[in-house]
Amino acid sequence: MSNVRILVACKRVVDYAVKIRVNAAGTAVETANIKHSMNPFDEIGTEQAIQIKEALAKAKGNAEVVVVSCGPAKAQETLRTALAMGADRAIHVETNDELQPLAVAKLLKAVVEKEKPNLVILGKQAIDDDSNQTGQMLAGLLNWPQATFASKVELTDAAMTVTREVDGGVETIKTTLPAVLTTDLRLNVPRYASLPNIMKAKKKPLAKFTVADLAVDIKPRLETLKITEPAKRQGGKIVESVDDLLDKLKNEAKVL
Amino acid sequence: MSQPSRHRVIALYKQLSYLGREYPAGSDFFHKKLKSAFLKNKDLKDPAEIQKRIDLGDYVCKEIEAMYHINKYRAMKKRYYEDHEAESLQQKLESKWASSEGTPLKK
Repeated sequence: MSNVRILVACKRVVDYAVKIRVNAAGTAVETANIKHSMNPFDEIGTEQAIQIKEALAKAKGNAEVVVVSCGPAKAQETLRTALAMGADRAIHVETNDELQPLAVAKLLKAVVEKEKPNLVILGKQAIDDDSNQTGQMLAGLLNWPQATFASKVELTDAAMTVTREVDGGVETIKTTLPAVLTTDLRLNVPRYASLPNIMKAKKKPLAKFTVADLAVDIKPRLETLKITEPAKRQGGKIVESVDDLLDKLKNEAKVL
Repeated sequence: MSQPSRHRVIALYKQLSYLGREYPAGSDFFHKKLKSAFLKNKDLKDPAEIQKRIDLGDYVCKEIEAMYHINKYRAMKKRYYEDHEAESLQQKLESKWASSEGTPLKK
């Protein structure tokens, strides 16, 4: 393989270390003034694309890594992070509307048709809505083969061998290219963008599109009825005696 | 500080300062330590000695990056993977990292 273009989709999500709070109305998660970062699974996807690029560079091949993100203006921070990791250029599809997986898949399809990549890499799911749908939907819309939950990827000429994480083991599949790949946690160790690279990333090209440019219908198909926090864990109790314990198990825990 | 390594030391300080923003014990805690660690060596004159300190700084950078990665990795694992498979794989990976990165360093 000599010339490859890899498209990586990245989502800006609430940072994994932040404690999630539901807003007072119970309609959404609080996102104002909260630390955001790149979805960890997308970081793994970006790293995989860069590793493919580096491996090809050694074999005198050429690869271009294009990162794309859909969302509000701040999604550019996420794109800059990906550029600092080593991506070549970025595409930002700007919208302030709510984006559901189907809408993102449609937007990505439009971007794929513009960019014509050989491989599209996505994280298997975002850690905010945990949908695990976008990659699969994109493959469906494009009518491309998909390799989901990848824990190992080998590229050869116009084909790709992927080891997938499935229930109770792994599965190895071979697909033709172009294809859609979604990453699992154990695929690789994402690199940390160094400060000089972050500075350099500011000069890398970032193209902006609006939803209207791509002519995609992003109307939500699902309605969120209510969001609630998980039940609070109740504290433990110290029991005085065996009888006390039996009594509590019978009457309070109702397990006997 | 001798002139040739001046740029290198400043870059190292900036990189560590940047890394410290996400430090679990708080960025204030980290920056105090960082500043005192650099001030302690401000009078070094021997180039070999300065190089040794710079190498140590690079090593600390790598360790902090590895720590951030492991924290994130563990959080993801706890949220999305079942315990029994997680444990065995975690052990496998950690032994792999340990062999490639050496032992954690106390700052």
